[in-house]
Amino acid sequence: MTAAVFFGCTFIAFGPAIALFLFTIAREPLRVIFLIAGAFFWLVSLLLSSLVWFISVQISNKDSAAQQKGLLIFGVVLSVLLQETFRFAYYKLLKKANEGLLALSQEETMPISIRQLALRYMSGLGFGFMSGAFSVVNILADSVGPGTVGIHGDSQHYFLSSAFMTMAIILLHMFWGVVFFDACEKQRWWAVAAVVISHLLVSCLTFQNPDYVASLIPTYVILFLMGVWAFYSAGGSLRNLKLCLTCKDKDFLLANHRSR
Amino acid sequence: GVTASGRRSQIAWKSYDPTLAHCNVTVWNPLGNGLSYEEYDFPIFSLKDDNDTQVIRQCYLNHNQAVNGSSPRYPLCAMQLYSHMSAVTDTATCMRRNDINFSISPEMVCDPLGDFNVWASTRPLNNTEKGHKMWEKVVIAAARLDSRSFFFDVAPGAESGASGFITLLAAAHALRNVTQEAQPNRTIFYTFFQGETFDYIGSSRMVYDMENNQFTVDLDNVHSVLEIGQVGLHGESRLWLHSDPVSRRNSSVNEEVRKLIENLQSAAAGLGFTVGEAGFSQPLPPSSFQRFLRARQIPGVVIENHQLNFTNRYYESMYDNAEYLNVSYPPNLTPEEQLKFVTDTAKALTEVATMVARALYVQAGGAENQQDNINADRQIVSQMLYGFLVRSNNSWFQQLIPSDLTSHLSKLILNYTSSEPTLLVQYLLANLTGSAINITQENCQNQREDENDKESKHMFTYMWVQGAAPPNNTKREGFCVRSTVRLSRAVSPAFELRDYTSKDYSTWTESRWKSIKGRIFLVASHELEMLTLGVGVGVLLASLLLTYIISSKADILFSSGREPT
Repeated sequence: MTAAVFFGCTFIAFGPAIALFLFTIAREPLRVIFLIAGAFFWLVSLLLSSLVWFISVQISNKDSAAQQKGLLIFGVVLSVLLQETFRFAYYKLLKKANEGLLALSQEETMPISIRQLALRYMSGLGFGFMSGAFSVVNILADSVGPGTVGIHGDSQHYFLSSAFMTMAIILLHMFWGVVFFDACEKQRWWAVAAVVISHLLVSCLTFQNPDYVASLIPTYVILFLMGVWAFYSAGGSLRNLKLCLTCKDKDFLLANHRSR
Repeated sequence: GVTASGRRSQIAWKSYDPTLAHCNVTVWNPLGNGLSYEEYDFPIFSLKDDNDTQVIRQCYLNHNQAVNGSSPRYPLCAMQLYSHMSAVTDTATCMRRNDINFSISPEMVCDPLGDFNVWASTRPLNNTEKGHKMWEKVVIAAARLDSRSFFFDVAPGAESGASGFITLLAAAHALRNVTQEAQPNRTIFYTFFQGETFDYIGSSRMVYDMENNQFTVDLDNVHSVLEIGQVGLHGESRLWLHSDPVSRRNSSVNEEVRKLIENLQSAAAGLGFTVGEAGFSQPLPPSSFQRFLRARQIPGVVIENHQLNFTNRYYESMYDNAEYLNVSYPPNLTPEEQLKFVTDTAKALTEVATMVARALYVQAGGAENQQDNINADRQIVSQMLYGFLVRSNNSWFQQLIPSDLTSHLSKLILNYTSSEPTLLVQYLLANLTGSAINITQENCQNQREDENDKESKHMFTYMWVQGAAPPNNTKREGFCVRSTVRLSRAVSPAFELRDYTSKDYSTWTESRWKSIKGRIFLVASHELEMLTLGVGVGVLLASLLLTYIISSKADILFSSGREPT
């Protein structure tokens, strides 16, 4: 659909992620490393789930449509579970690395700690970047051409809705990362289960496509809810928000400082 | 149809006779519009396969059709055609670009048009000794092999090409026996020129070779020329004999031309049509004979079915096909039955071939009382018409060609790029004028009659053809055909002389191309595309802004989670 659509969809899909990267991660090399490590973990989980998928497709009956559909659902569920497993593995790795990093670092204070918000959301964002890239890059490549989807009867809003879905997924991964790590720290296993279930829910919503309204709107609702949850678990509160918005923050800082 | 390529390729009339130059006297093809010679900067495709056109039509009906008078809404069906041609501007430019040699494998952008002329003689001549042959006088019977149309692969040329060379082939066959038994004192040379549509490539090359002693005979050996042009009869039953008024001002040439015309008229007596002499005041129609006249004033006649301008309404058009020539068969015939069926057109052409054969025999010095023995075979003519205009992959053609060429027989192609008609005419002429001899396949393919024979290859050509399968067997019985049929190169002399802007010789070249294809898809409206871009830019800017704000206020926003410093 030409370069206009290509750039439009790229910006929609990766806009928030790029903004976050530019303003919060790009300046500090250690953060970049953690981001990339997170992306790598997601990639490994994808590799494993693709392997299982490939083998099961080969041994299945290619002619039966019902079996293929069932296989697809199985593949999606397996992939989600593997991703979450690897998120947990990443958490464990970072926990172990904590002490090591401390020893290596030359500053007195811990340069980065698992309790820091930055670390949590970076791992989530790493997952999100990679996941978004795999969802949407081949669609973007096709969108550069002169045509659009639809000659076989499919909806022509395919590119747009894929881009919005990808944006939602990236942000969702980021929120899940925050919530997940926080929950693991505080040993709240019900929160971990909630993250996994919401991930499953969002993935299964995509089976509603090509009814894009039915799949996008619930996804965005879940996105909003997860965002709120992540905000709270990251240490935000309604009071802070109000203070921020009414610009009374300076007084608050001073007040806080004194009271310590 | 196209204007007869007369303007460029008429004999340099200006120097020859100014009054006849530039088609001042006769416009040969008034119906022509010169469409093929225009330059187009967009591809034009012709689709014959119903499946492809159905897909396109379906896409149009689904998306592009206006409903109730309102204009159709996006997304609309669109098609993209690729037909990249490497050559540009003209021959001189593209030949110059061919020579640029910067890389290891230089990329050619165009090639000169070229193929082979087919010729045979009634008396075997030593082909290895080129140049003048002492005491040989030759009567050239000429026809053109090729045609063209707007699309490169649909050029049947039924009346403009096929009628002529089929007649000549039938005449050659009719003369086979009598030229063996009662040989005339002059040799008859049957020549089939290729590339005539593109400024007479084949005939100009043969004349050039004759002038430079590169051909079996030279111009001094040529006694006269008889050319068969467009001879399809559309019910008028009248043929016209054209001659060149300028050369006839010479009294000896005039005498010879008069004798030739008389021969033709007496040969036509008793046949189903009349021949008239075209007027003295008009020039020769576009024909290969003009190339001979450029070099030397040789007596000659061109047989056409028109007196003034062409009667062929579809000259060099894709509609000049079997249907236009009335080659039609009753319904419900199998291909084999169609092959054997003798159409009325075949009967008419057979009469013309008989006239040509008889006139050639007398012109070559044969006795006039032999004329009644010379008759063309209407079955052969009908089979040739079927093979060249309807389907070339038939049982008769299959018998005449060697086994390794059977896969090349495909549906009708009669134009300059394909050498398939050249090959077919070569083997047909061998079969119709030569004889089958009993030698082994190995000897045959090595151009010799036995192991010690070293002389025959100068005089004869030997071809091993696959023959027919006997009734109880599936394996074909091949045999050897000995004939005097030869091929001579038909590439314009301009490319030998490297004069790419030559005014004397054809300088036609063909561009090289990349893959030719097309694809259909839907196209979205421009507004939707701009909207997508706008939304994208908006999302990007908004998220940049938001992130900046949040990250600058991060301390406050997430304070309750911070560990105490």
